[in-house]
Amino acid sequence: MSADTDKWNLRLYTAGQSPKSLAALANLKRVCDEHLAGRYSIEVVDLLKNPRLAKDDQIVAIPTLVRKLPEPLRRIVGDLSDTERTLVGLQLKARK
Amino acid sequence: MKMERLAQARALPKAPTGIQGLDEITGGGLPKGRPTLVCGGPGCGKTLLACEFLIRGATQFNEPGALISFEETSEELAQNVRSLGFDMDELIERKKLALDHVRIEPNEIEEVGEYDLEGLMLRIALAIDSVGAKRIVLDTIEALFGGFTNQALLRSELRRLFRFLKDKGVSAVITGERGGGTLTRQGLEEYVSDCVILLDHRVAEQVSTRRLRIVKYRGSTHGTNEYPFLIDERGISVLPVTGLSLDHAVSNERMSSGVPRLDAMLGGKGYYRGSSVLVSGTAGTGKTSLAAHFAHETAKNGERVLYLAFEESPKQLQRNMRSIGIDLEPYAKKGLIKIDASRPTLYGLEMHLVRIHKTVSEFKPAAVIVDPISNFVTSGTEHETQSMLLRLVDFLKAQQVTAFFTNLTSGGAAWEKTDVGISSLIDTWMLLRDIESGGERNRGLYVLKSRGMKHSNQIREFIITPEGIQLEDVYVGPEGVLTGSMRAAQEAREAAAAHERHVQSARRQRELERKRATLEAQIVALRAESAATAEEAKVIAEQEKEREATIEADRAAAAKRRGVDKDKGTRPK
Repeated sequence: MSADTDKWNLRLYTAGQSPKSLAALANLKRVCDEHLAGRYSIEVVDLLKNPRLAKDDQIVAIPTLVRKLPEPLRRIVGDLSDTERTLVGLQLKARK
Repeated sequence: MKMERLAQARALPKAPTGIQGLDEITGGGLPKGRPTLVCGGPGCGKTLLACEFLIRGATQFNEPGALISFEETSEELAQNVRSLGFDMDELIERKKLALDHVRIEPNEIEEVGEYDLEGLMLRIALAIDSVGAKRIVLDTIEALFGGFTNQALLRSELRRLFRFLKDKGVSAVITGERGGGTLTRQGLEEYVSDCVILLDHRVAEQVSTRRLRIVKYRGSTHGTNEYPFLIDERGISVLPVTGLSLDHAVSNERMSSGVPRLDAMLGGKGYYRGSSVLVSGTAGTGKTSLAAHFAHETAKNGERVLYLAFEESPKQLQRNMRSIGIDLEPYAKKGLIKIDASRPTLYGLEMHLVRIHKTVSEFKPAAVIVDPISNFVTSGTEHETQSMLLRLVDFLKAQQVTAFFTNLTSGGAAWEKTDVGISSLIDTWMLLRDIESGGERNRGLYVLKSRGMKHSNQIREFIITPEGIQLEDVYVGPEGVLTGSMRAAQEAREAAAAHERHVQSARRQRELERKRATLEAQIVALRAESAATAEEAKVIAEQEKEREATIEADRAAAAKRRGVDKDKGTRPK
């Protein structure tokens, strides 16, 4: 598990200001601040503004979090309300 | 009749599929602006049907389409569609078609908390809007269920998706894999769809048949049967089984059988156009030859003939027929005769029917020859064969196509029975049979029935010569029916007798002629004698006159000399 990889590049796909999207962003920031402080960047992509990216990046569910770096690519869908599973999904924590 | 009724039911706006036969069954197409589910097992042609709906919409009905594929990539789809003769890339280029491959990798996705499928809907909306799509295909939507675990959420999201598609006003086709006991695995799509088409691919006796059935169609009548369909290089064609109605148009026009003597037996003119003709007989009785005569004659009159050969290849058929003086090849080259040869076991019966249906619709022949129908029994049961032939006869009659069937009867069977029991469908039925006598087998032909014409009740001997078929009278004498060399011998005897009679009469005539000539000569002699006698009589009369004149003159002179009184001296004359 590469929890100590230098740079984390995260992208969160949302559709406008939906409650789920807002919750996901808040939850993501909280997790990152706790575990990746200073080593991460979050890019929020609003697909309502740029629907073409949904096709290009193969997005089906909203919200979707994509870990672009470090490799390999990981996807987490949902509002990230379960911190434990978010960490597992981001491979910041080994699956129990 | 049923089809007409279906066609009239146009209350609901429909999006024509352009797929041969499907529009007839659905009464004009799929529900316009509403979702349709196409479901079935693997390899049944769901994707193909959906793609054809889309592409024909874009090319034939000016309705651009969007294809959302969950399983196949754009390249794979383009390749599949190209096999039907459509260029998907070109349609995309012309903005007639939008394509989006939604790739769902279950092991890449972690689900944490609540989510929705807004992303998918945005993509669908994008695809629709990018080309102004009127039609959309989602193939296969249940792939979502493999990618996401929250089933309840997916179901509610799919409902939302269908509502969204309806709001968009696109005619949607979604495909679904058939599940156990339900039409789709999730049992969801069939309830939200307005129309459900079930595709089936069954194998019976090692022969597969594809079938299609409309399970439901909200707000519209539809054909409810299972319809066989065919996938070939030009896409799908469905065979609508007609209602077996008996309301075909009839023709009084006749078509020559190609054998003048046979035409004479059939009321002097041949078969009725659009009627069904059956020639049955045991092996080697000349059924194919009779069929070839008909094909040749029809083509000679400039009409098209479809020859479905189930025993011989086109080349073999042409060669064999050339040996009896029927050359089909020039007409085949001119496109008037189309010989379609295949083994009956190659397809199921339904498939044969679909193929014949399709070929007849395309080729538009005046006559179709099926040689022989008995072979169909090998690829189906007797009942199936019967119903298939019933449908074939019905279809051909509706098209005013003359159907010519040959049927191989097995040796022991009753003559008046066809192996496939279709005699009631047949208008003109000719029987070819072996007549065994004098150590030979000869062929006899008679017309068992021929509806609507005064046909001959005579058995004719059926002879295949290098110049084609000839029909001869059989000799019916005290020893029974004579055919072949016995007939020839009898004929020779009769000919000898006739010759003898002829010689006799000639001699008698000659005698009489001689006698007449003699008499004639006598008449001439007598006439000459008579003329001579008349001449003599005339001479005598003149001499007499002269003499009298002389006497008179002498007397006058004497009287003058004697000086008699003129008045008294004259003698009364």
